Amino acid sequence: MKKLLTALLFAPTIALAAGAALHLDKAPDVQGDKAALQSGARTFVNYCLNCHGASFVRYSRLTELGLTEQQVKDNLMFTAEKLGEPMRVAARSGEQKVWFGAAPPDLSLIARARSSADGSGADWLYTYLRSFYADPNRPTGWNNTVFANVGMPHVLWQLQGTAVMNQDHKVELAVPGSLSSTEYDKVVGDLVGFMVWLAEPDAGFRKRLGFGVLAFLVVLFGFAYALKKAYWKDIK
Amino acid sequence: MAANTNFEKYKSDGSLQGNLLEWFDARFPATSLWRGHLSEYYAPKNFNFWYFFGSLAVLVLVIQIVTGIFLVMHYKPDASLNENGIPVAFASVEYIMRDVNWGWLIRYMHSTGASAFFVVVYLHMFRGMLYGSYRQPRELIWVFGTLIFLCLMAEAFMGYLLPWGQMSFWGAQVIVNLFSAIPLIGEPLSIWIRGDFVVGDATLNRFFAFHVIAVPLVLLGLIAAHILALHEVGSNNPDGIEIKKRKDVHGIPLDGIPFHPYYSVKDIVGVVVFLMVFSIIVFFAPEGGGYFLEYNNFLPADPLKTPPHIAPVWYFTPYYSLLRAMVWPLLGIDAKFWGVVLMGGGVVILAFLPWLDRSPVKSIRYRGPIYKTLLTLFVISFVLLGFLGTQPPSYAFFGVIPGAPIAQLLTAYYFLFFLTMPWWSKIDKYKPEPDRVTM
Repeated sequence: MKKLLTALLFAPTIALAAGAALHLDKAPDVQGDKAALQSGARTFVNYCLNCHGASFVRYSRLTELGLTEQQVKDNLMFTAEKLGEPMRVAARSGEQKVWFGAAPPDLSLIARARSSADGSGADWLYTYLRSFYADPNRPTGWNNTVFANVGMPHVLWQLQGTAVMNQDHKVELAVPGSLSSTEYDKVVGDLVGFMVWLAEPDAGFRKRLGFGVLAFLVVLFGFAYALKKAYWKDIK
Repeated sequence: MAANTNFEKYKSDGSLQGNLLEWFDARFPATSLWRGHLSEYYAPKNFNFWYFFGSLAVLVLVIQIVTGIFLVMHYKPDASLNENGIPVAFASVEYIMRDVNWGWLIRYMHSTGASAFFVVVYLHMFRGMLYGSYRQPRELIWVFGTLIFLCLMAEAFMGYLLPWGQMSFWGAQVIVNLFSAIPLIGEPLSIWIRGDFVVGDATLNRFFAFHVIAVPLVLLGLIAAHILALHEVGSNNPDGIEIKKRKDVHGIPLDGIPFHPYYSVKDIVGVVVFLMVFSIIVFFAPEGGGYFLEYNNFLPADPLKTPPHIAPVWYFTPYYSLLRAMVWPLLGIDAKFWGVVLMGGGVVILAFLPWLDRSPVKSIRYRGPIYKTLLTLFVISFVLLGFLGTQPPSYAFFGVIPGAPIAQLLTAYYFLFFLTMPWWSKIDKYKPEPDRVTM
């Protein structure tokens, strides 16, 4: 009886805590790893690009991941003909709206848009793509612990397998997929890394340039300070 | 008349450059402008750290204008959807970020510049409060300054709509809706401002016109008036005493030094240090942790999806807190209206500072404990109001102390600080001011 009362007393606190902050897993940082980004690009065009566009990104930019133009054309371009074309979906958003009820969002910027106080956009995506579970009450048959009642089905289920929600409200793998859990985490990590790159392809160059600019300013500060000292010698 | 022309005052030495300058001076006040505002404008020699922010504000203004011109070359104020289902305005910003050469740098400089402008201007205003720079005979400089602050807020608010992201759209929706709280004319007024029943293409186009032409024109005029008025009466200084009271035989203030070269070379040092901080943000943290570029604004505007929490950018949040603090309807009028009155009043009350302060001394160096205590509390409450403005109204400190009543208390303090100033500034103790400035 005492136990039950204690449980009741704390129930609202627990419920509040659950609603307050998402516990996101830390996504691996693969920005310096060209092979990982290429693997992410392959997963992206094979699984994501069928419904989601990345319409701000031209295929030609994928050469910055260490691929030749021919490699991009042969392996990553399924619906586009020219390298300068943006990564569009074959279907138009108006049609998708009729089919799915809502057009799947463009993913060019998703890694930046999903940032929050809970964690980076990469952390959110990394956790989200590993948190699908089978739910017969949903029209797609899938639900997600990070994004409740999400409209998107688990596109990577053949890789991860089928997870279900058990009695303790914990997600556990019921039917294994073609990949082990570590292999699947690696695939998702690479995919998220690619989406981070996609959100700002110039980010790496931006940071490298920043060091040069700051080095210049440090030198300039030396001259500016010496000039000031020289002029102000006689002011007392 | 002839004796007053530059031609009479500045004679050439016969050289080619001298003759050319003489030709100009006879037709345009080139030399007298240079002397009056730079080489023979005598500024007190004891300026400290706080005196960098005026010239830095001019620097940020130039950054904003130059980067703004290049952004306008590629930006499209168009709310219609492109063939990928994305608003053209939103897509044009990403086009600048990805396809325009150096576009990302120009855009980050402009977005960081907006926040930098407010940092610099808030510190510049605080300097005025520290050393009584608003006091007689500089009341007009301060009033022009308040108007500049008001214009800057309008400029920033309208500029924030242009990227047409979720926060752009919903922020504008919330703020324009405030006007609908005004009795009788409110509803038609807010429709008139938007040019539509909701924020839409008409709103985007007019905000674009105001942001790139109308407000900058007014801003430039006010800044010219601010600087002309300053150069008419001369700069204040950390001691809050008038250097023009003690002059040498040539009529030059004993504690004055020519702005150029002394302060021009000193300000260059300030500029370089500022640019270091600015570059660290632009190159390494352009989102400013979600404070300079809000994460939600990377999603295109969607009139059908209201974000769960709409927060203005950080520089508006102290005033946003004043707005939210008012939750009681008065005289049969909606509380929202009184919130708008508080927010507007919070800015307008600054303009009256010169007449609210009755202390016999100007600078905090010679003021008594009352001013020092109340000003410190004012800064703390302003920062706290700003922080609470970024949080939803349900926010509680450490999860237990509710933020909303604290914001109301701080709002009361904000206004009481000014309204009771005539009384406490008079009874406060003070120390005698020195005759000459101290370095």
